[in-house]
Order: sequence, then C-alpha cells, then structure tokens
Amino acid sequence: MNVNTWLEPIVFFLFAGVVLFSAIGIVLTRNIVRAALFLLGTLGGVAGLYFLLMANLLAAIQLIVYAGGTLVLIVFGVMLTSKSPWVRFAPSRSEAAAATTIGLVLFAALAKIVTGIDWTVAAHPADQPATVRQVGNLLLQQYLVPFEVASVLLLVVMIGAAYLARPEN
Amino acid sequence: MTSIGLQHYLLLAAALFCLGILTMTLKRNAIGILIGVELILNAANLNLVAFTRYRTGAIDGQIVAVFIILLAAAEAAIAIAIFMNFYNSLATIDVDRADQLQG
Amino acid sequence: MIQEILGSQLGLSICIICLGLAVILTADAYCIYFERKVSAWMQDRYGPNRVGPLGLLQPLADGIKFILKEEFIPARADKILFYIAPALGVIIALVGFVILPIGGRVHWSWMPEGTTLLAQGASVDIGVLYLLAVGSLTVYGVVLGGWASNNKYAFYGAMRSAAQMLSYEVPLGLALMTLILTMGQLRLEGIVTGQIDSAWNAFLHPVAFLIMLITALAETNRAPFDLAEAEQELIGGYHTEYSSMKFAQFFLAEYTHMITASGLLTALFLGGYEVLPFSRLLAGVNGLSWLYWISTSVSPWAMVLRMAVFCGKISFFIFVMMWLRWTLVRFRFDQLMRLSWKALVPIGMAIVVVQGVLLYFGRPISWISTAAEIGILVIAAMISLLSGKPITGRQLSLVEDDEHAIRPSKTPVTV
Repeated sequence: MNVNTWLEPIVFFLFAGVVLFSAIGIVLTRNIVRAALFLLGTLGGVAGLYFLLMANLLAAIQLIVYAGGTLVLIVFGVMLTSKSPWVRFAPSRSEAAAATTIGLVLFAALAKIVTGIDWTVAAHPADQPATVRQVGNLLLQQYLVPFEVASVLLLVVMIGAAYLARPEN
Repeated sequence: MTSIGLQHYLLLAAALFCLGILTMTLKRNAIGILIGVELILNAANLNLVAFTRYRTGAIDGQIVAVFIILLAAAEAAIAIAIFMNFYNSLATIDVDRADQLQG
Repeated sequence: MIQEILGSQLGLSICIICLGLAVILTADAYCIYFERKVSAWMQDRYGPNRVGPLGLLQPLADGIKFILKEEFIPARADKILFYIAPALGVIIALVGFVILPIGGRVHWSWMPEGTTLLAQGASVDIGVLYLLAVGSLTVYGVVLGGWASNNKYAFYGAMRSAAQMLSYEVPLGLALMTLILTMGQLRLEGIVTGQIDSAWNAFLHPVAFLIMLITALAETNRAPFDLAEAEQELIGGYHTEYSSMKFAQFFLAEYTHMITASGLLTALFLGGYEVLPFSRLLAGVNGLSWLYWISTSVSPWAMVLRMAVFCGKISFFIFVMMWLRWTLVRFRFDQLMRLSWKALVPIGMAIVVVQGVLLYFGRPISWISTAAEIGILVIAAMISLLSGKPITGRQLSLVEDDEHAIRPSKTPVTV
C-alpha cells in the first residue's frame, strides 16, 4: 500500500498532464488531422485515469470503443474531407478572444464551486477495482432496461448510418 | 506529496469541459465540433467515475459512463454519415456554409 | 538484494518485462531472417546465407544497413505526424505482451513456505480485454503514417488497413466472447489453468480457434490479408514513403504484433504453457507424470521449462503465419469484406449463442460445444454452396443496354 501513496500522485499528474496537453492542442491546432490525433491522447489519458479510479473495465471499454472505434471513424471522416479548400478554419481574432474569455470565466466559476465545497466529509474511496462481474451483474439486473434500449438504439444507428451513407441511385 | 482526492479529478474534468466548449466555438470544421463534443463527454465521464469512487463506493457511475461511451459512438457514426453527405453536396465541411435554408 | 527483488511480485514482474522486451526485440530481428529462410525453402532457394554461419548474422547486417541508409521525408509530408506514426506503431505493439501468462506460479527457495509469485509481466482482471484494447489502437500507426506521407498510394493503404482492422475486430470479439463464456473469467493465467484442468480450447472450440487465427492474420496485416501493403497495387502501401530506421520500425511493429497475437492464441486455445493436452490424465500413465509436473509445479526449473514451452508454441504459430503467407494469394478487397461480414461474423454469433445455451444449462466446458461448432461450420458451408456465387463488381456487364446487366452504381463515399 505504501507504494501506492507516492505512486498515485505521480501517475495522476502524468495522465492529467497528457489529458490537458492534448485538449489544449485540440483547441490550438488548425490542422484537423492533428486535432484527431490529440483527441487520441486525451482519450488515452482519460483511460489511464479510469485505471487510477479503480474502473478497469471502463478503461478497457474506453480504449476499445472510444479510441478503437469512434475515433477511427472520426479519423476516417477527417481524412476523406480534408482535401477541401477550407481545411484550415482560422477563427477571427475577436471570435477567439470572446471564446477564450467565456471559457476562462466558465472554468473560474466551475473551479470556485469545486474547491468551495468540502468534499472530503463524505469520502470513503473504494480501494479495490470494480470487477467485471460486478459491472456485468449491475448492467444485466438493475440497469437491464437502459441496456436493452441501448441495444435497440445501436440497431437504429446502424440502419440509419447505412441509409445515410448509401450510394444515390 | 499531496494525496489525490476528488477535487483533483473535478478540477481536471472542469478544465476538460471548458476546453471542449472552446473547441466547439472556435472550430468551424464540422468534425472539429464533433471532437469538442467528445471532450465534453469525456469530462462528464471523468466526473461520474470520480464521484463513484470517492463518494458512493458503489459502481453505478461506471454503468452510466458505459452508456455515455456507447451513445458517443452512436452519435459519431450518425454525425460522420451526415458530414459525408454534406461534403458530397457542398465540397466542404465548414458549418458556416450550410446556409442554404436561409431565405 | 537479488533475492529481495525476485522475491517480490513487483520486482519479479519488472524483471520479466525487461527480459521480455529484450527477447522480443531480438526475436523480431530473427523473425525477419526466419521469414526470408522460410520463403526461400518454399521457393527452392537458399535464402540469406552469406553473413556468418548459415547467414545467422544477417539481422545484424540488416540493422546496420537500416541505420546507415538515407532518411528521406517527402517535401509536402506532415513532418510531425510522419515522425510520430512509426514510433506510435512500435509503442502500441510493445505494450501488449506484458499480460501473456508465460510462467505460471513460482516459489523461490528463500521465500516463506506456501507463498508463490506469478511469473508474468502483469496480471489484470480485464486480461483479454486489455489485449483487445491495445490491439484496437494498432490501426493508428498505419493510418497516420499513410496520411502523413502525402502520397495517394500510402493513403489508399492506410484507408484499406483501417477498414480491414475495424471489420475483423468484430469476429475477433465474438470468438473471444465464446472463450470468456467458457472460462467464466478474463484473466489469461486463469484461462490457462482452466485449460490444464479440463481440455485445450482448441479442441472444445475448433471454430472459434479458426476465427481467431484468421482475425489474428488480418489484424497483424499479414498475407493473405496484407492489402494495406499490396506491393503489386500500392507500391508499398502505407510505408511507401518511409526509409531507413522509420521503415524498420514498421517492420518491428508488425513482427511484434505477430509475437503478441501468437502468444494470445497460445494462451487462449493451446493451453498456454502446458506441454501436451490432457496432461492431468496422462499423469497417471507410467513415465509421463513429468508432463503434469511441468504444468503445475511451483519449482523455478518448472517455470523455466514452462516459459520454453510457451515460446515454442509462439514459434509454431509464427511459422504457421509465414507458411500461410508464402502459400496463399492475397484477397481482393471485396472478398476480404465478405469473409468478415458474411462468413466470420454470422458464424461467430452462432457459436456465442451455442456457448450461451450451454452456460445456461450449467455445462460451459463440455464436448457438446465441439460437436455444435462443427455442425455450424457444416451448415454454413452448405448454405454458401447452395447460394451460388456472390454478386460482385467484377460481374458487371460492360455493355450498356444488356438487360441482364447489374447497373454499376456511382462509387459511394462511405464511412
């Protein structure tokens, strides 16, 4: 256990650094393919944080579904559409200034709320990772209805995407 | 060294959320906006999992996070299909050019 | 000091990871030599035989050549991504092997009685899913490399690779799901000990094994699934523009993937480090009890033998992959997609359903699954025979007013 006490902050700040660096990279880069690559960094960093938060299965799902599926789709889309004359979409200076101000104000407000509340009162952190069995039992018992609705949704999405992307006759 | 608590994760998620909002406002590329949405969803997921670990001790938050990941995948599939059609008809995915319905 | 390091789980794991890295990187180089030798035997040639005895120093000469060659970067390439892509491929390939259960449990003589350590890089409870997660990231090295080169052949290769990997992850997941339903857990070392107690999964689930072998070839971009490279069509595919050490990195990633995929196949289907199947039963036979001793003993010598057995099985799979590469011709792209979506995915779903039914009746490990899977395969073969040749783009009539012609549709831009 004493290994964890000095290792956990290091690992946390490492992954948090990766997440923030990539997210800032997404905002700043003008090249949309690089934005997609930075998103890979963010997703990977968040998956690492899930491991740290004792959510191993969720971390694996994040990597398989998000980084391995959704992001590949996005990269596909980016690459197929990047040959248009408007690949570099530079926002005007005033737009950037306004957006940055709003973002900073929002972050300041959120940070004030987060730091203003004494969260530790209710804290009794789980120190064992949630097992696949636990998650599966919960998913197929208490959350069975959302689970089934989600599967129907996926079917609808599959048909819808195939319909939208079909060749026009 | 300080020990890592709930606040660290919440602050990180807040920063991620704001960066997602910034991405959505600053990108005119439709896929750029989609990337911003993904950042926001990740921030929400991070909050859920952090609360799950530090507050409740149960794992319900992880289940909700699984559903969010699933919805994000579904959303991206449909969005990219729409963007492809958009690109095929307008030869760009600059959202500001999708103004044909304006009178 | 050494006793302390080897006596703690963390120290032992780190030692095994370092050793594994060194072994894998060396093995990569010798895989390339072996690949050339195998192809030479199959084509009645000698293969590399100039550098050192039997050409055994050829990998060293290759390495020196790769380092000394000129580095060339296309003028309009995306330079940063061009540098990152091969490194990303190698990194993702190298993190996969840590969870392979190569050694089983070990007990050092200086440790307290009854305590054992797990002789493998890491033991995570999401085992198989970890490999799936890492494997699903492999596509980025190829895709980014192809895109960053700013070359249309490289780009085509990247696109093909992405579509192929996404398509073959689905049957891979289904085959894995069958195994997880059988074993009731995701830990690879647990799956191996489960097989030692009962039977190898290759016998219980022959069809799942076949699907897994095919998807392993497809996910590692090996022939007959090497459409992403396809030198006759795409020059070199995604690595067309790469030279010197960056080109070698793509090779390194490919062979590391082969090793990891072979290790996964070994652990999941061929009983991991068990020497022969049914060694628990064979242990009763005179003179064969050492088989079971190797599989289960906690003595360090048994561990070393187990590692050797595991490596031997990996070598066997690597040889099979090379054998297939120099025997089969490459698939056409529509054949590739049809194989995945119309053959492997339905069969995979059927075997998951069969296994689910067996689990429901409380008999997850039984020979019924073997019979059922072979039955499913026979039914699938009959359906494909009865349904005739599939309609593909190749059968389009070139004559405009042929009334039987299938009209060619405008090539869609699909995702």
